[in-house]
Amino acid sequence: MPAKYHIESGPVPGRFQPITRSGVIAWEEGCLRCAKCVKKECVYKVYEKRSLDTSQMLDSLDSACQDCFRCVQNCPGRLINKGMNPAYTAMGNKYWTPDIISNIWFQAETGRIPVSGAGYGGAFSGFGFDSMWTDMSEIVRPTRDGIHGREYINTSVDIGRKIMNLEFDGKGDVSSPVYPLVELPLPVIFDLLPWSPPAQQIRVATLRAAKRLGTMVLIPESQWIPKYEPYLPQTVLYMDRGVRGLQKEVAEAVRFVEIPDGPRALQRQAAFKEKNPSIVVAIRVEMGPKASARVLELTKAGTEVVHLRAGEKGIEKGRDRVFIKDRMKEIHLHLVDSGVRDAVTIIAGGGVAMAEHMAKLIICGADAVTCDIPTLVAMECRICKRCSQGISCPVHLESIDPAWGAARICNLMAGWHNQLLEVLGAMGIREVRRLRGEMGRAMFFEDLEKEFAALGKRG
Amino acid sequence: MTSMAGRANGFVFPEIKRARTRFRNPLMKYQIAIGPECDNCGFCIDLCPYRVYTKGSKRPRVTDGHFCLGPSCEKNSFSCITRCPRSAITVRPNPSFELLGDRRWTADLLASTWHMAETGAIPHTDLNYKTGGSGGGFDKLSFVYPKDDRKNPTEGISTSLELNRTGDGRPRVAIPLPFYLGGMSFGSVSIVSMLSRVRAATALDTFCCTGEGGYPDELKPYDDHVITQVATGLFGVSEETIQRVRIVEFKYAQGAKPGLGGHLLGDKVTPPVARMREAVAGSALFSPFPFHSVYSVEDHKKHVDWIKAVNPKALVSVKVSTPTDVDMVAVGSFFAGAHIIQLDGSYGGTGAAPDIAKKNIAMPIEYAVPKVHRFLSAEGLRNHITIIASGGIRTAYDAAKIIALGADGVCLGTADLVALECIRCHHCESGRGCARGIATTDEELTGLMGLEWGTQRIVNMYLAWRKQLVSILSRLGMRSISELVGRTDVLTHLDYMSEKEVKGELD
Repeated sequence: MPAKYHIESGPVPGRFQPITRSGVIAWEEGCLRCAKCVKKECVYKVYEKRSLDTSQMLDSLDSACQDCFRCVQNCPGRLINKGMNPAYTAMGNKYWTPDIISNIWFQAETGRIPVSGAGYGGAFSGFGFDSMWTDMSEIVRPTRDGIHGREYINTSVDIGRKIMNLEFDGKGDVSSPVYPLVELPLPVIFDLLPWSPPAQQIRVATLRAAKRLGTMVLIPESQWIPKYEPYLPQTVLYMDRGVRGLQKEVAEAVRFVEIPDGPRALQRQAAFKEKNPSIVVAIRVEMGPKASARVLELTKAGTEVVHLRAGEKGIEKGRDRVFIKDRMKEIHLHLVDSGVRDAVTIIAGGGVAMAEHMAKLIICGADAVTCDIPTLVAMECRICKRCSQGISCPVHLESIDPAWGAARICNLMAGWHNQLLEVLGAMGIREVRRLRGEMGRAMFFEDLEKEFAALGKRG
Repeated sequence: MTSMAGRANGFVFPEIKRARTRFRNPLMKYQIAIGPECDNCGFCIDLCPYRVYTKGSKRPRVTDGHFCLGPSCEKNSFSCITRCPRSAITVRPNPSFELLGDRRWTADLLASTWHMAETGAIPHTDLNYKTGGSGGGFDKLSFVYPKDDRKNPTEGISTSLELNRTGDGRPRVAIPLPFYLGGMSFGSVSIVSMLSRVRAATALDTFCCTGEGGYPDELKPYDDHVITQVATGLFGVSEETIQRVRIVEFKYAQGAKPGLGGHLLGDKVTPPVARMREAVAGSALFSPFPFHSVYSVEDHKKHVDWIKAVNPKALVSVKVSTPTDVDMVAVGSFFAGAHIIQLDGSYGGTGAAPDIAKKNIAMPIEYAVPKVHRFLSAEGLRNHITIIASGGIRTAYDAAKIIALGADGVCLGTADLVALECIRCHHCESGRGCARGIATTDEELTGLMGLEWGTQRIVNMYLAWRKQLVSILSRLGMRSISELVGRTDVLTHLDYMSEKEVKGELD
């Protein structure tokens, strides 16, 4: 299989034992010392393989137990119980739930996608990305080949300004401008981190991962250090100060920069293009009620890439806050109605926590997404956010081995890539570029639910 | 109860026989502790009407603690907690119980299903056996019963369902309950699980589907109650198996992994499974998606015609998932000549599927059924095809609700496994398979369950379901399940209507 269609993955054990959902509570008092103890009958042999990790004081029993409850149900003295682990339920927050965190850990450790039996066990629907479903193909609109078919499914995207139609001069030569493009094999870019412990090692790990994956990482220009030099092709330089501070060598070698939106954004964009026409320039725009008009304005003014940002829970700032997927739909459709959607590349991010969020945000109109917190979680972050208050990181993210971190991030992305293939395969779409804006191939809670809202109210 | 309708062709519903848990201790919502103060007077043993205690040598034994009403029993005259002469008994919530189940199948739903499978009765305890905790769909829908409904008679209410409504001259096939049992292949579940389901279907005069994994010889005595499945992998499909049965099912897609093929992991492909599927032991088996011989509705008709030619007496069922254009799929199937269209919603069960597929791809069955029902009604076709809903039907109440939304009947799978004491640990797919001996082909684990026990548990559960269906119909003033089809006016959704606004009684 050609490299661009596949991400290598393999087991990368964590440095710490994961925090598990539940624990085994086994009493010794009252034990009858049965000749054939139920603990010896464990299908998974968790009692036989039991060990204590003294550095963390964690019992291997809790992470190995698969919750079959056979010992609980068979112990004659009823001495074995299971209990919820309060450390698990305390992880993260309402958006970055313990289940999402452990789902990311699993992928980062194994490189595999989460597979399970016995159907779906979650909520009917929920906030944000959980209020939409993706489509599939069947009989009247069949896919040519499923996921295990003979054709490859392409997940690459081009970032940059697109030519809407070719123009020719009197001599028949092409007179249209040729815009620079950055091609990414996966529609994911690693964004600035909202918080982290001192980030040098974390950045090197992320850059290394980006190099292997063929994607890019946003690095604030103010925090640029020569250590990142080997990874310039993987760097999207975020111009958080003026152009002036930029070293000449860096300005010449970098191929993608991003500038914050502001009154002078278009002039700054022009200044960069003048310095180096082969550079791709993105403008970072905060999502909000005015974003739609602003993106159209920028697009008409020739902007190549717009990077739309929502908060870390996918919600924009200010009053009347809208979730990222809903604002994305509005912005995309506004550009479509104005006839310029294809000219500009839109990258969107904020609250992208799972592979399905990537697929759904693309369906709502993004060309590619950005991912931030999941890269930290891949390296065992527990989203305790103590670092944002200057307290030391419980899993020492500041001193990770970049090679290890990169392998964990690559595993996570291998999982996301494979899950994106599942969604595309089910829809019968062979290119992620064709997924963009395919809202007719998605189902939204607010539309489907109309029927139920009317129930019982007629007469 | 046996005098009720559904006795067409002289059929009589089987008897309920108690089938206790296979394990030493039932999983209980409450923990009962008898302290050292106890002098073994035995008062509690006679006091408890639910027979929670039996005689013990030093103290009474808590043998059926799952029948205990919990701390709320204190208000009753028969409360052992308040009436124990030595005040030796304490009852409190069981911490392990909190860990059971998930949002869809809550601990209460699991325990109430076990209760029904053990006793054939509706739980007398405070277990919520009607809804789960998913926060939407079935769990927010409720029937609205007219007040003073309880006077309506339950005698003579029919729960039977006719499967062939096309009038095409093929046999008419009526089942006494509005459901049959869905496909679970040999390989994904053990032969004991498979036979328990088929035998229960036979006892209830309904059907059980083989799934895509061949037609084991052990099923032959029950041919008249077997639906054989033709799916994309064509594992174990032959003309001979198609000719054996009264219903053949085409599986185009499966709700839990729509647009993706079936997947049996290598560990579960033991030599007998491999033989049945004409495959190699130890290597994972994928069913491709889709049928590469079907790229249009015309191709689909060719498929249906093929089955009809091979077995001139068979009814054809078409199992599909729920894409946005599910109504078009249904009408296409009708014109291709299907007798039954089975709509499989996205939250249903499966041996193994990517979590991303189960959660996100295709729509929940609660949305798909009314869409199809309305479309087929508008086309004037609704009375000529049978709509079966599946994929997330957990309880008798779910079944009744989806019928009120427009299905004729339902198809079940996960509920059967729960009756067999599945705990929904979600590890069916890994290694030797199910640790509780249900979804496994490992010889030792398969031996954890007996055939008589398995059959009886499923029979008991569905007899308890029948009582609930009859009760719902009688409260609504209906005389047959077919009257309920499409009656969305008897439902309300609790997110959009407050209890005060409801003119009638809720579930």
